[in-house]
Amino acid sequence: MDDLYREVIIEHYKNPSYRGKLDPHDISFADNNPLCGDHIQIDLRVGKDGTVIEALFDGHGCAISQASADLLMESIIGKPLEEVKKLSKQDILDMLGIDLGPVRLKCALLSLKVLKAGVYGLGEASDDLVE
Amino acid sequence: MTLNVNEIRKDFPILERHTANGARVVYLDSTATSQKPLQVIEAMNEYYRRSNANIHRGVHTLAEEATAMYENAREKIAAFVHAASPREIIYTRNTTESINLVAYAWARANLKAGDLVILTEMEHHSNLVPWHMLQMERGIELEFIPVTEDGLLDLDAYKALLNRTPKLVSFTHMSNVLGTINPAAEIIRLAHEAGAVTLVDGAQSVPHLKVDVQALDADFYAFSAHKMCGPTGIGVLYGKSALLEAMPPFLGGGDMIKEVKLRSFRPNTLPHKYEAGTPAIAEAVGFGAAVDYLSGIGMEKIAAHEHQITEYALDRLVEIPGVKVFGPSADKKGGVAAFTLDGVHPHDVAQILDKDGIAVRAGHHCAQPLHEKFGIPATSRASFYLYSTKEEVDLLVNGIYKVKEMFG
Repeated sequence: MDDLYREVIIEHYKNPSYRGKLDPHDISFADNNPLCGDHIQIDLRVGKDGTVIEALFDGHGCAISQASADLLMESIIGKPLEEVKKLSKQDILDMLGIDLGPVRLKCALLSLKVLKAGVYGLGEASDDLVE
Repeated sequence: MTLNVNEIRKDFPILERHTANGARVVYLDSTATSQKPLQVIEAMNEYYRRSNANIHRGVHTLAEEATAMYENAREKIAAFVHAASPREIIYTRNTTESINLVAYAWARANLKAGDLVILTEMEHHSNLVPWHMLQMERGIELEFIPVTEDGLLDLDAYKALLNRTPKLVSFTHMSNVLGTINPAAEIIRLAHEAGAVTLVDGAQSVPHLKVDVQALDADFYAFSAHKMCGPTGIGVLYGKSALLEAMPPFLGGGDMIKEVKLRSFRPNTLPHKYEAGTPAIAEAVGFGAAVDYLSGIGMEKIAAHEHQITEYALDRLVEIPGVKVFGPSADKKGGVAAFTLDGVHPHDVAQILDKDGIAVRAGHHCAQPLHEKFGIPATSRASFYLYSTKEEVDLLVNGIYKVKEMFG
């Protein structure tokens, strides 16, 4: 439980490095967690070779949701979109370095759902994207 | 006149349990659902051990006993809210279904495109979405009584809306977020003067206040057992018999009919006309036991105890730097304290409090428009009932200081 609020999580929550919006951008997508109203928007700039050049997130929510978004942005810069598409639930948990119950897992995975829906060009960030 | 809380707590075995960290449960989430006393648990247990059968059709001993228990609970509930007759007490699944029953059966028979329904900005989603659905289907119009900065309904704005001759005024008696106790009798009187029918969401009021549906002159009044020491899965729609007689049925099936032919049916008399299919029999028995339990203690005493705890909690919470409590002062509200803590999301507050066994709720509490009104995505909410103590409030306050420390 104490792990849930590891210093790294509180640090990314309070002082995120990748918070903001990109204009212009190549990909932009936003969605909510309907259970708690957490909101995440992700903007990407993508190079000609298909790698992520810049990535920023914006929104509001609990420490888990915002910290995981910040960590996720950090991890995808310089990666090809094809690799981004392969990111999984486990990758997020590894970044956070914690185990989560089913309710808080939704907070942690919101940013990955939004990212993948944006990269795939889908209308909705569904749960299937992170299973 | 004061409650013996220590004695009352002995009726609730769950309050003795400890969480995985060894902390005793501090249950501050009764607005979501109350805990259940042994008297209710044992009444339901006894029903299943001794009397279980399907009701109304059987002539054997068990069926007769089960039917009597089911109907006896209805009589107790009618007396508890002072309905003129048990025929006016319709069993439903919960408050939500009660409101939907009115939206389907009464409203679809009585409202047409352009008709106005007045709601309020402090409604639970259960008293918003059924009307959104009817708006899409029928083209009815919706207006909302505004909520003031201190969490009260703006009655002047309400009076102005009444000039537009609404057909229905549907509102919560007590807000599940702000705790505001609305002046139901006055709202209903004004609605009737304007020729409107009234529906009251009583999910939070019936558990905590002495409610008299006849004194209020409510046309419809909805509430749930599980927030008033009873089981989940059963609620009530009270309706004036003249209205219930005139409305078409809701769900079709067994028990709600008097006669069925291959191509037609005749509905049953009240209250069975609105109770299709095998109902929640054990839950009705538990509901009756819950009403007995609360009546035995006395609703005035319960309300007075909750008022004391709430006053104490509000005083202590506002002392904490960074805490903001929503809703009116303690004299205008029930036992609810929804708050935010600067810089910390309510989910994080709730999660850290849980470590010390403290159960509060975090989120928009099914009142998203109300949160939007106050410009916040979510709140943490502590709520109190007859078993709550000042010591539990102190544990909550200490817990919030711990959260502050963690988020430094």
